[in-house]
Amino acid sequence: MRIELVKRKNSSTTMAVLSPVIAVILTLISGAILFAIAGKDPIHGLYLFFIQPLTDSWSIQELIVKATPLVLIACGLAVCYLSNNWNIGAEGQFIFGALCGSFLPILFPDFDNWLTLPLMLVFGTLGGALWGLIPGVLKTRFNTNEILTSLMLVYVASLLLDYLVRGPWRDPDGYNFPESRIFSDSATMPLIDGRLSVSCLVAVAVVIVLALMLSKSLKGFEIRVMGESPRAGGFSGFSQKGLTLFSFAIAGGLAGLAGTMEVSSSLNQLLPSISPGYGFTAIIVAFLGRLNPIGILIAGLVLSLSYIGGESVQASMGISSKIASVIQGLLLCYVLVCDTFVLYQIRIVSTLRSGAQKEASDV
Amino acid sequence: MFEAILLTVITAATPLLIAAIGELVVERSGVLNLGVEGMMIMGAVVGFGVAHHTGSGFLAVIAAILAGMLMSALFGVFVVYLATNQVATGLALTILGLGVSGMIGESFIGIPGMRLPELYIPGLTELPFIGPVLFSHDGVVYAGFALVFLTSYVLFRTRMGLILRAVGDNHTSAHALGYSVLKIRFLAVLFGGACAGLAGGYMSLAYTPQWVENMIAGRGWIALALVVFASWLPWRVVAGAYLFGAVTVLTFHAQAIGVTIPSQFLSSLPYLATVVVLVIISSNRRLTLVNTPACLGKTFIPDR
Repeated sequence: MRIELVKRKNSSTTMAVLSPVIAVILTLISGAILFAIAGKDPIHGLYLFFIQPLTDSWSIQELIVKATPLVLIACGLAVCYLSNNWNIGAEGQFIFGALCGSFLPILFPDFDNWLTLPLMLVFGTLGGALWGLIPGVLKTRFNTNEILTSLMLVYVASLLLDYLVRGPWRDPDGYNFPESRIFSDSATMPLIDGRLSVSCLVAVAVVIVLALMLSKSLKGFEIRVMGESPRAGGFSGFSQKGLTLFSFAIAGGLAGLAGTMEVSSSLNQLLPSISPGYGFTAIIVAFLGRLNPIGILIAGLVLSLSYIGGESVQASMGISSKIASVIQGLLLCYVLVCDTFVLYQIRIVSTLRSGAQKEASDV
Repeated sequence: MFEAILLTVITAATPLLIAAIGELVVERSGVLNLGVEGMMIMGAVVGFGVAHHTGSGFLAVIAAILAGMLMSALFGVFVVYLATNQVATGLALTILGLGVSGMIGESFIGIPGMRLPELYIPGLTELPFIGPVLFSHDGVVYAGFALVFLTSYVLFRTRMGLILRAVGDNHTSAHALGYSVLKIRFLAVLFGGACAGLAGGYMSLAYTPQWVENMIAGRGWIALALVVFASWLPWRVVAGAYLFGAVTVLTFHAQAIGVTIPSQFLSSLPYLATVVVLVIISSNRRLTLVNTPACLGKTFIPDR
């Protein structure tokens, strides 16, 4: 038996819509198997992981709080991936953005007025964009592989955060705990209700703007053309290098904005670790959302659920919350496989007798 | 002191060397497997677990290799046979590996590990200075060098190596000549997984004989960078791995000597060095273009 891929004449639109759904269903099945392996009741496990967090208002708020950075980062990453720039260092851009966003309330606590928060958001966005531009510039100027450089900078940024929080930025009144001072009210995002802050509205606004930009503007056209055929794009006068820098700046900027909003609404201070891997999970969000802003909005909620579900099964079943990471990894695998079905049909060819032997001998 | 530093450099370089040589073969076949980190961490956790339960270093190493291969088989099926995006699938493999290893390893935290025994080579181990530095290591260190030698030989001196490079450089022609591109790529991916598993096992059985969550700490990614650094030539991987091993070890010793730079800056040196080295290597167009497999990262779907 042999599996063959046959290219479809037209890419299947039904599959394009269905593939994320199928991927989620496959993930649910795998999740059930995982719970069974861990010796727990699979149905109850799935309920605790995926359904229970949706049943009370506290966890629904938490779902939106955690989805906010994921959606913002994934929107930026979508621009990168659509234009064939493999930025996988959003985690570092998130952290560096958060640092740039919070130097104001930490180093200048006396500067405390209505301007504080807007300035923080601007600095955070610029900082993230700057950190994102490093691999972008290295790629355009020196032809350096952006995958590796962007990832290396994640480690550098998180070590920088660690240093600042334990060293110069430590709260002078904090009993030597590795934390910065707590932000004042004018340095925190206004709350809507409970833990829910204005951040989530910013994320929705970004989704709408980006959706319009990608579908209606010339820039959006440029991004798609350059992603699919840089040569054709070159003939129409688009600059490959310019677009690389643009997409890294956008992705870094949105990650930096997300980082700043995370520290100024959820955490209210800097800690040695400010992200449970949002920058990496956002990569899954971008793919599950099929690199489409609206899709990303939904995918962000799905992946956010995996964080909360992980905590939920850890608390009530005693399973490691690492199961969230396993489920996220599986989900990405399934999304990618389902994407194959959009472009190809799978044909299973039964090779008649001794097919295996023949194949083994022709290496 | 000097002797001790040399010994730790060798220990620090070995996992990088082995993982990078595996990835080099994978990339020579035209596949980019970004999941090295995930395969290494699985090798580390499985190796540690088997050593803990059986007490056998040999079995632990074999299990680590198999764990890496299993992960790479998953990657291979997806990327080679189902034509998924290589970059994203590699990332998925890393995320999956970090998660699964975290779940498996939860019960291993805090358990003292076992260190692979050092091989005693009669006549050589007793030599002054040279003996302790070169001839008092565990088998994996020597296996690493054997791997480099074998890889270099097979890639450039045998028919098998020629076919592998042909598949990586021009999959359409290789297919037209009748070679099974997909199968060769899949086997290369498996070899890469075995190496990454071994490298990961070395981390938890020799480098720091214990289990710590996320203990690979980016070494899988540095191994990927080493392949570029080596411009896809096996012996240059040795130079790169030892350079990085030395940087890592120096950051430990710098503090012992009393250098007052904050530890976080020292810890970030290997990552910064990676970026700098990548920039230097890749800005030299001639060097990279000659050896970069032309079909690296490109999906191949045979039209039958």
